[in-house]
Amino acid sequence: MIQTTKMASGQQWVLVEMVQAFYEAPAYHLILEGILILWIIRLLFSKTYKLQERSDLTEKEKEELIEEWQPEPLVPAVSNDHPSLNYDVVTGPPSHKITVNGKECINFASFNFLGLLDNERVKQKALASLKKYGVGTCGPRGFYGTFDVHLELEERLAKFMKTEEAIIYSYGFATIASAIPAYSKRGDIVFVDEAACFSIQKGLQASRSFIKYFKHNDMEDLERLLKEQELEDQKNPRKARVTRRFIVVEGLYMNTSDICPLPELVKLKYKYKVRIFLEESMSFGVLGEHGRGVTEHFGVSIDDIDLISANMENAVASIGGFCCGRSFVIDHQRLSGQGYCFSASLPPMLASAAIEALNIMEEDPEIFTILREKCKHAHKALQDIPGLKVVGEAFAPALHLQLEHSTGSRESDVRTLRSIIDYCLDRQIALTQARYLDKEERFLPPPSIRVVVTVEQTEEEIEKATSCIREAALARLE
Amino acid sequence: MNTVMHHPLHCVHHGSCNGGLYSRPFIESFEETPMLVAVLTYMGYGILTIFGYLRDFLRARKIEKCHIAREREEQKDFVPLYQDFENFYTRNLYMRIRDNWNRPICSVPADKVDLVERVSYDYNWTFSHTGRVVKDVINMGSYNYLGFSENKGSCADAVAEVTLKYGAGVGSTRQEMGNLDGHEELEKLVARFLGVESAMAFGMGFATNSMNIPALAGKGCLILSDELNHASLVLGARLSGSTIRVFKHNNMQSLEKLLRDAIVHGQPRTHRPWKKILILVEGIYSMEGSIIRLPEVIALKKKYKAYLYLDEAHSIGALGGRGRGVVDYFGLDPTDVDIMMGTFTKSFGAAGGYIGGKKELIDYLRSHSHSAVYATSMSPPVVEQIITSMKCIMGEDGTTIGKSHRIQQLAENTVYFRRRLREMGFIIYGNNDSPVVPLMVYMPAKIGAFGREMLKRNIGVVVVGFPATPIIESRARFCVSAAHTKEMLDQALSAISEVGDLLQLKYSRHRILPTLDRPFDETTYEECED
Repeated sequence: MIQTTKMASGQQWVLVEMVQAFYEAPAYHLILEGILILWIIRLLFSKTYKLQERSDLTEKEKEELIEEWQPEPLVPAVSNDHPSLNYDVVTGPPSHKITVNGKECINFASFNFLGLLDNERVKQKALASLKKYGVGTCGPRGFYGTFDVHLELEERLAKFMKTEEAIIYSYGFATIASAIPAYSKRGDIVFVDEAACFSIQKGLQASRSFIKYFKHNDMEDLERLLKEQELEDQKNPRKARVTRRFIVVEGLYMNTSDICPLPELVKLKYKYKVRIFLEESMSFGVLGEHGRGVTEHFGVSIDDIDLISANMENAVASIGGFCCGRSFVIDHQRLSGQGYCFSASLPPMLASAAIEALNIMEEDPEIFTILREKCKHAHKALQDIPGLKVVGEAFAPALHLQLEHSTGSRESDVRTLRSIIDYCLDRQIALTQARYLDKEERFLPPPSIRVVVTVEQTEEEIEKATSCIREAALARLE
Repeated sequence: MNTVMHHPLHCVHHGSCNGGLYSRPFIESFEETPMLVAVLTYMGYGILTIFGYLRDFLRARKIEKCHIAREREEQKDFVPLYQDFENFYTRNLYMRIRDNWNRPICSVPADKVDLVERVSYDYNWTFSHTGRVVKDVINMGSYNYLGFSENKGSCADAVAEVTLKYGAGVGSTRQEMGNLDGHEELEKLVARFLGVESAMAFGMGFATNSMNIPALAGKGCLILSDELNHASLVLGARLSGSTIRVFKHNNMQSLEKLLRDAIVHGQPRTHRPWKKILILVEGIYSMEGSIIRLPEVIALKKKYKAYLYLDEAHSIGALGGRGRGVVDYFGLDPTDVDIMMGTFTKSFGAAGGYIGGKKELIDYLRSHSHSAVYATSMSPPVVEQIITSMKCIMGEDGTTIGKSHRIQQLAENTVYFRRRLREMGFIIYGNNDSPVVPLMVYMPAKIGAFGREMLKRNIGVVVVGFPATPIIESRARFCVSAAHTKEMLDQALSAISEVGDLLQLKYSRHRILPTLDRPFDETTYEECED
């Protein structure tokens, strides 16, 4: 009895307190509470609606829809004479003398810049590695797929490029395409040159960042974009403090064969606080006194570049690719580079071949000078061909020959160039067209013939090739 | 009639005669995590996280020495390259047990392997090689299902010849000057092996998925992808630009519901019909050890007119009476699968991937695949290894080593290994016939301990944790190989049992009575003529 009365008085006491608080509360507080209560009542009684409008179909209607639906064919039909369908078949090794479609020709088409595809020492090292390790690695790097050869190759590459660390990938295309998304995520900003190659474009697509293209090699355009971004940052400094910025350029561009202005880029880097990723597939083993690429060519300190990526399929004449730079940057890819963590490692015999190629490059730095001389010679010889113009730097080993006057339709241009190549193949000069995916490229380069200069070609052979191309142009371009 | 037994402790699916779809019993089990173990695992992670924060605090205050690489002085005012919390897990949890991964080897990764001995004097921040080699470690970690990872024998001799003749590299793409006669021979052989019209080979298995799915699907298409698909499939689906919907792992009801909803309601908001629907599945899922329910998927695909993309990275060569993969295992018709993809890394001891299918599909890929246009073609010695090993499996090299010694041996080893582990009382995931055997470990400390204890007993195993698996379901994964002899398996099993007792890993509540060792039962594989 006593307890209940105590409780009742307790309750009453609370009620008195409430009424007192009600009188003492400021007016705005009461009005606010009143509005909230009215809003809640409104919400409770309003009609509910579903987020997605789902019309209520009967089972029979659903079955009919399922019956009626016809998908497109899995792939559109490809006509038999599609230019990309019929490959040229190479029988035998793709070295200096190459047998294409049954004809023995001099090779002006493979990226064999230093002539190492056919080198006996490289082959013997690969053979020795095969006898020790077999062919495949049967696992990714994390699960017993790391061989001592891989570690040795990474050390040697880091030493060669004078960086702290290097990381190797088993596929050249996947190197830069896995490196970019490891650092640049959603919300970050990447400034890319328009002439960037396809693997860079795929890496950018996978990263989901904001991509801003600047005109090819145009530093003023890049500076304009950077200034615009600076203005944006001032409007929202909190966001700017966590948005990473990158510039992605190539040393020697594959699509246009010219060189990027690296010193100006480094100046812009420190002025606007952007990191530089440099893709050196075409310039590694070509430019620079010792073949270290475009940084050595310009005398830029290698620490100024955050990441250098290159594939080992051109000058190094093996398979795969590598990234090098400071440990702070490179070590991150060991856990977040998709092509590194989720893919089997490079077969050890190919890694041994790459190590031997590096040995040859270190022993004999003269070959780079010889290569550049031959490139200049070829570049000069290819000038003044009626109807074709040479695109590319004088010291670039992979040049493009484009039509001076396009017919207007890409298909007929491609056919014309193909006829020139066929003419040359008949006269034992192996050339090829530069291939692109027409619908997938962002800035599709014009059709062109790829002419590759290698260290193994003699002056006579280069002369022969250029006169052959001249004849072909005269014959097929009227 | 699909009988599913729901036991409060575990779930065993017996998919026998589902309307005649399955010609053989389909037995897989994924025993549920015991409650006590789950609680202890969460507690373990909680303690590690608290210590992680403590250590980060000490490192920030310079009380503890910091081994982490730092940004350059000149770039200190740049936007930081990594967020601190992104690497929290790496710094504080992964670093502690890092010595279980990236173990360097210095011999051929066959049934036994030599490891480079390494030590760390600063708790796994840096490693140094002692110069010694740990010899003859039984290799339960490499994907060497049919044992073709060898440096001697007819395959190696053929590869040696090709290396001396062709060299290691190619230097050009397939569409330019990189199409060698070896590539054409390989593609015809792969098409014959799979039983399809035509095939195409690529230099990297990961890239095969990430470069070809975008060529097959685009905007306006729908991709239905399994929950536990590999990173390459997920990346390919993302790069394609299609809408992606995920169905529960190996769950046919979930897949059917998604298919029905997709066709009936069309694209979101506009309700236009989908251009095409592509189903992405794998043959064997390497983290779960489960085999895809292929007969049911094909039935669904035919009913709803979708296209099927089957990734046989782990199952090609490892399943089936003739080694032709999961299609052969179920006795189905290869032309029912629209796109058969696989890799040469696991069962053929080489590297690379392939896609097989109808001639129109392969012609389209030859002209429109990113790999054919922009990526260097396969290296000639690797091509030769695949050709010789494939011929060996098909029996065309004049011997029966392929069939009798390898395929049969792998099947025997798988059945034996799984049975013994289950008898010992471990929780094993996956299908009874899958050579990938995940053994549940759960607790973070036991991951590291298991790897190290097994190495002390000269067995090399692979342990996996977050983020490759859900956070409390860490596991050790064994890959059975045809190269393993019964003695090696017994040695491994006794070591596993010893370590299991030491670390208390025998969690299973579903004890099987040990059966007597009986000779291999031929009726496991139906008799089929080549």
